[in-house]
Amino acid sequence: MTQDTVHSVTPLVRVEDLSVRFAGTPPVHAVNNVSFELAPGEVLGILGESGSGKSVTLKTLLRLLPERKTTITGKVEVDGQDVLALEGRALADHRGGVASMIFQDPALALDPVYTIGQQIAETVIRHEGVSKSDAMARALEMLDVVRIPSAKRRLDNYPHEMSGGMRQRAMIALALACRPKLLLADEPTTALDATVQIQILLLLRDLQKELGMGVIFVTHDIGVAVEVSDRLAVMYAGSFVETGSVKDVIRDARHPYSKGLLAANLVGAVPGTRLDAVPGAPPALNALPEGCSFAPRCAHAETACGISPLPLWSGGGGRWARCVHASRSAASAAGANT
Amino acid sequence: MSTSILSAHNLVKHFNAGGFGAARKVVRAVDDVSFELAPGETLGVVGESGCGKSTTARLLVQLLTPDSGSVRYEGKVVGPELPLKAFRSKVQMVFQDSFASLNPRMTMIDAVAFGPTVHGMSQADATRKAQDLLDRVGLDPSRFGGRYAHELSGGQRQRVNIARALAFDPQVIVLDEAVSALDKSVEAQVLNLLMDLRRERGLTYVFISHDLNVVRHISDRVMVMYLGEVAEIGPAESLYSAPRHPYTEALLAAMPSLDPDRRTMEAPLAGDPPNPIDPPPGCRFHTRCARAFGPCSAQVPTAFTVGKNHVAACHLNSVKEQVA
Repeated sequence: MTQDTVHSVTPLVRVEDLSVRFAGTPPVHAVNNVSFELAPGEVLGILGESGSGKSVTLKTLLRLLPERKTTITGKVEVDGQDVLALEGRALADHRGGVASMIFQDPALALDPVYTIGQQIAETVIRHEGVSKSDAMARALEMLDVVRIPSAKRRLDNYPHEMSGGMRQRAMIALALACRPKLLLADEPTTALDATVQIQILLLLRDLQKELGMGVIFVTHDIGVAVEVSDRLAVMYAGSFVETGSVKDVIRDARHPYSKGLLAANLVGAVPGTRLDAVPGAPPALNALPEGCSFAPRCAHAETACGISPLPLWSGGGGRWARCVHASRSAASAAGANT
Repeated sequence: MSTSILSAHNLVKHFNAGGFGAARKVVRAVDDVSFELAPGETLGVVGESGCGKSTTARLLVQLLTPDSGSVRYEGKVVGPELPLKAFRSKVQMVFQDSFASLNPRMTMIDAVAFGPTVHGMSQADATRKAQDLLDRVGLDPSRFGGRYAHELSGGQRQRVNIARALAFDPQVIVLDEAVSALDKSVEAQVLNLLMDLRRERGLTYVFISHDLNVVRHISDRVMVMYLGEVAEIGPAESLYSAPRHPYTEALLAAMPSLDPDRRTMEAPLAGDPPNPIDPPPGCRFHTRCARAFGPCSAQVPTAFTVGKNHVAACHLNSVKEQVA
């Protein structure tokens, strides 16, 4: 993997050549040779459709995948720790202490038989060994941090007594209770209504600045990714196909799949006109084609697309796209200049 | 109203939410909703969860019986004046969950042909029609006709559902979040199909979605619902460019901008939508409205005409009228 590193500081997250396989006949290739870095305090958005491997990538960082059925290869480092080597208490310390995660559906992620206060306090006691009353005080403080009104009363609420937006705030409070350096967000606003979604996005953006944590934000919604991310990675069939700053990817997408996604999100579309839709559907992850997985749906596909490894177009500063077409057009443009 | 093909007149639907006697709770899912559809137009319906958009759709196609109010097809009241069976062949519906809306034991050919045979078409004719329709929605009948629902992808299943809706040669199709469960790249394909079919067959759509971008793209007119009521209804262009109800404004402002230089800086509304079990008195939006004033908490706003075919149920418009 030739990828120029942009960050002179030690990265908070370093993922190298990560592949995840799920047992089956044939095995499912959920994540394929993914490499990326995240600087402290940086927000990376991973954009992809269902089954693109974005959630699996995220779960690998917390080792949440079922061990007996999963084969993980490659390197995953968070805050200098080799995550794939963690065992027992060290792994438990990592989860929630160094990195924590928020999920799409807080009603499922929170425990229905404990109050919000108890759930947050439990985490604080486990990670910091403080007394119960200190932990409750921290829980109250956290509910204030996530701007839950009348926080004192809400501390004694069970999850079902809260609205969807309030529950999502409570889950964020729980995730941030032990001041993790890395927050993993797995579609945290997808299940929310539009007017509530924007509140949660703005809250996450504010908290990220206040607490200076690194965030990896997984979503299928380009609009949401643009609101929160510094950098964007587009994922397709288990691989990163393009990365760059949000501006570069949105305004100057190089990979045909990224372009197709932008068109499908009606960026610059005239109402009532036909959309520039990508034909077909994503490939099955247990039968990926050789070379570029997007080639069967791509208008620019050619013989070279079926040969691995694919050429990489690089725009410098962590901006790249893995595409025969993109690297060729860039090369011919460079050739014309010399 | 002879010019409208389908119209809703003061539709009301309340659901029982438990309790007895005085403690009985009622979900006011749809409260006094009226609108008309001109032949060939597409009406987009937007609103947050619990605003009554799906209940309105089900009332419209008579899957639910309204507590009061009526649905008219070409001026005839459905039920007393127009038999349900005749109405069903004119107005069809496509649902969000493409898997749940197909019989798992039927092949795709049978699923599409089933309706016409019930309505008296011969099996051979119905099968031929189903093959043509599958072909039209982009599924090769020789490859997909014999398959069952679980053997298709989400996008393919939704194409079958569209073909099935077309099997009666209907005039109106109600699409209830029909593309919302699909991945973006597939969603765009199905939107293209819907727009093509509309042009070819002169179809009238009711297009329900929570995605304002998609609704703007496909709709001629847009209806905004809030807690069971119509907040605003008007031509898509003027409603999006100059909304006349603060709730419409808030919905539009809550859309992610897709422009990294112009990110949203402030949430237009605080809190979640209130529970439709106990909607606030007066204007149902006044508890979340930044511009609420005197009459809002007491008086239910009437529908003010604010432009050509453009109506908004907001007291601010009465003030504007008096000033002007």
